[in-house]
Amino acid sequence: MRPYLLKGHERPLTQVKYNAEGDLLVSCAKNLQPCLWYADDGRRVGTYEGHNGAVWTCDFTLDSSRLITSSADQTVRVWNLPTGQELHQIRMNEPCRACHLSVGEQLLAFTTDSFMGSPPQLHLVDMDLQEFGERQGSAPKASYTAPKGRITRVFFTDCNRQLITSHDGGWVRRWDTETGDMLQEVQVHEDAIQDMQVSPDGSYVITASLDKTAKLVDIASLETLKTYKTGRFVQSAAISPLYDHVLLGGGQDASQVTTTSAKAGGFEARFYHKVYAEEFGNVRGHFGPINSVAFAPDGRSFTTGGEDGYVRIHHFDMDYFTTRFF
Amino acid sequence: MAAVTELDPLEVARSLFRDQPAGFPYENFDLEELILPEDDDMGIRSDEDEEEEEELETETGFGSVIVVDCLPVVPEDKHEKLANVLKKIYSQIGNVREGGIFMPKDANNMSKGFAFVEFFSPQEAQAARAQTDGYKLDKNHTFKVSMFDDFDRYAKVPDVYAAPEIKEYSAAENLHSWMLDKLSRDQFAIKYGDEVVVMWNDGRRFRSEEAYKRTYWTESFVQWSPMGNYLATMHRQGVAVWGGPSFQRLARYSHQNVQLIEFSPAEKYLMTYSSIEPTNPREKVQVALNVFDTRSGKKLRIFGGNMEDYAIGSSAGPGGALRWPIFKWAGGLEDKYFARLAKGAIKIYETPEMTQLDKKDLKLEGVQDFEWSPAEPLLAAYTQEVGDRPANITLYRIPERTNVRSKQLFNVSDVKIFWHPQGDYLAVKVDRFTKTKKSTYTGFELFSIREKDIPMDVLELPNKSEKVLSFAWEPKGHRFALVHGDSARPSVSFYSMKDDKGKLGVKHLGTLANKACNGIHWSPMGHNIVLSGLKALNGQLEFFNVDEFEVLAAAEHFMATDVEWDPTGRYVASSVTSIHQMENGFNMWSFNGKLLYTMPRDRFGQLSWRPRVPSLLPREKEEEIRKGLKEYSRRYDEEDEALLLQADADVLQERAKQQQEWDAAAAARQEYAAQLRAFYEATYGEAAKEKEYSMTTVVVEQLLDVREEPYNV
Repeated sequence: MRPYLLKGHERPLTQVKYNAEGDLLVSCAKNLQPCLWYADDGRRVGTYEGHNGAVWTCDFTLDSSRLITSSADQTVRVWNLPTGQELHQIRMNEPCRACHLSVGEQLLAFTTDSFMGSPPQLHLVDMDLQEFGERQGSAPKASYTAPKGRITRVFFTDCNRQLITSHDGGWVRRWDTETGDMLQEVQVHEDAIQDMQVSPDGSYVITASLDKTAKLVDIASLETLKTYKTGRFVQSAAISPLYDHVLLGGGQDASQVTTTSAKAGGFEARFYHKVYAEEFGNVRGHFGPINSVAFAPDGRSFTTGGEDGYVRIHHFDMDYFTTRFF
Repeated sequence: MAAVTELDPLEVARSLFRDQPAGFPYENFDLEELILPEDDDMGIRSDEDEEEEEELETETGFGSVIVVDCLPVVPEDKHEKLANVLKKIYSQIGNVREGGIFMPKDANNMSKGFAFVEFFSPQEAQAARAQTDGYKLDKNHTFKVSMFDDFDRYAKVPDVYAAPEIKEYSAAENLHSWMLDKLSRDQFAIKYGDEVVVMWNDGRRFRSEEAYKRTYWTESFVQWSPMGNYLATMHRQGVAVWGGPSFQRLARYSHQNVQLIEFSPAEKYLMTYSSIEPTNPREKVQVALNVFDTRSGKKLRIFGGNMEDYAIGSSAGPGGALRWPIFKWAGGLEDKYFARLAKGAIKIYETPEMTQLDKKDLKLEGVQDFEWSPAEPLLAAYTQEVGDRPANITLYRIPERTNVRSKQLFNVSDVKIFWHPQGDYLAVKVDRFTKTKKSTYTGFELFSIREKDIPMDVLELPNKSEKVLSFAWEPKGHRFALVHGDSARPSVSFYSMKDDKGKLGVKHLGTLANKACNGIHWSPMGHNIVLSGLKALNGQLEFFNVDEFEVLAAAEHFMATDVEWDPTGRYVASSVTSIHQMENGFNMWSFNGKLLYTMPRDRFGQLSWRPRVPSLLPREKEEEIRKGLKEYSRRYDEEDEALLLQADADVLQERAKQQQEWDAAAAARQEYAAQLRAFYEATYGEAAKEKEYSMTTVVVEQLLDVREEPYNV
């Protein structure tokens, strides 16, 4: 498996994400320009110019016509995905972190960090993605205050009726979209949850935490279904849409990386069996912690983005499909 | 009538201690264990005790006064002489106050046979009490020394003798139970996070099994006794030992803030140690050592004093610290003698009296180090070179104190003593100055203890400029290994004390050049050795057979910090402890370097194999079994096979079980997922339908060839 090494960012990556078709890939990093790539061969389509701070996360519309990015420059922006033209921006007074579009794309949920005395918050914005223009700079339709600690990811669930969020301190919380009531909270991890991704069927999530584990959590009950122990910080985790496999990325904290050898940090992308929770393979390459991992929607390739500033697209060899790992 | 609200103690505890760490066992802690037995506060003082004590100190201020009883009764003209004798004795131990010695007199001006001695500090008084209680002034007078403040307590002793209640006899559990395992497995203890687990190493089935687990069992570390019967846990109030199949508590040893412990080789005695930092920086660091009877928990002897009196020669670590153990036990299973270094002498003590052997030191001018033979009460001492007097290595037999062998050495810079684990040989590593005195080179003096007159051999490395990094004897054998040369890529050499025909003489067996190795670990059975490159060398492991002189396997446990053989020489555990942030846990290897299983555990503290009770087979019998190994092993091969099949089946079964559980849970989620899917499709319409992937496994059988062949009978 020979990966495509994409050097489009000179700062650490924050998120890599495929569109619904799996032909395009967006990478966000701590530099100002998110990049759009062809997922197949890693050619760069272009960049999105305009942000003034690290871009934390992004989301696509189903038809891949619009891209949403949320950034530490206190804005959430909507882009014309193919042309790179900025269509709209939502200005806040705090850094914006996670974002997610509802099913049907009528609503956007995004989170802001606590900043200058304001608490961490969860915001909902009405989106009419075809007609912006007049409503430039519109304020959120609703804002809900969350308990102390950064909100790292947000997802719509239960037919848009509920929101699921992951937090520093290892909490996963469920909210009512309409009222903003917190319906349930469970401390899934002992330390911050760095990433959360939803399973293909939408009934459970995988969480990646600094407590050196990743877990599968049932969305309906917030019960932990499986635990993957790794012995190293987990920054990101993804679920294969094809097999019972999960992919974990992470490694030693960037500030503590030793200078001896890249191996010391444990920067491999590691594959675990989803049900047996046993590791069966890993892919080396990054020379810093992996900050984000993503499976292509067809499960035939995956992409990792590292603290080292590289994006690596891996297409699985035939072996992966023919070998019986267990 | 007012309603009485019932308080749930757990709820109360939880509300009182909100910031307890997550996982504090509110639910499953055993209330019984928190209740201390009567008259035993485990050294935990309640607030009331504290108050009472302070009062005493402020009111009387006699904390630094001792009472010396059983003095000779002398007339007035001899008072001063006796006072001077006392002064001489006590000013060696601490600062006696001016006019601090007071001897009461009776009407006839005769002394009453006791005296008060006042020191500058209570610590000095404590030390004086500990050191001179039982001091023999002459044939008829043995000091009885008490703290003045203790008299209050003595006064409270009831006058009528009350017979202690006789406790009912309860049969103890079999302490050797772990040796009776049907699969002859060994145990080891691991500590990670707040957990301590004793595990069975089931290497034949590539796994380990939990034997006993307990949270918050120890406050720092756990330690097995040398024969494996006890597991000691460390607590603020002292030490506790546990054993038997259910790991019941067998005894407790009270010692405030205990830091280190050491068992005697046959586990009869336990030595505990703590150091006390003075509150006043001008005062000296004090040490406290207690010797306990392991089985009864009775305190037999207290040693105390300034740390600098103990940190002498090889007992002194860097920065004036102590190097543990301070007291070294004589070898063999008698537990008869233990000794420590003093200035210009070795102090040897005798059990069970816990007094100095023959009441006198073993005087050795300039003694820097000594080591007991692991097999018998024979000690090797090294005395420093001073001026014209050469350095000396001397072997003394105890208790006779006979000098059985002695060897003079010149131009010595440093000496290290290595006993063979069975006491057959003694190696002395000698660093000597070159003629210019600017550098040193290393040589070995090798003594064969079992031969007549203890003959000696000298070994020097072919390349004199090379440094010797480590040395290790082969247990149950005649060989030793040396690591020498450049510390980044050193060489490992093997030597034998006997040639092929069993004749004495050091013989070079071979050298492995350029090894990434900084540690050598012989199997406890000899023959095999693990060369490890730990820490800076990233955890390289090489499994080497010295008989055939071949590498069995080269492997790596990345970042490994420790390597330890099991007591039978069948398995090797390598571990990464929490000095590293990540990859904590351990790997289990077979003796020939096959990775059997791994166990990652966060915040991994230690792994300790449980030692085995010494084998009852004589050495010749062991050799015989080794020779006929093929015969003996046949019967076990079948058993192994069966075990392995069982193990595979177990794993498959476990996986099938997990798969079943998962499938059941997935089925339960199905409805929810379908609901989401329906909503999704309803919202997006046609656009949603395109993105469906599924994987089907298609088995295609292709007939390549059909041939007919005659069938031979």
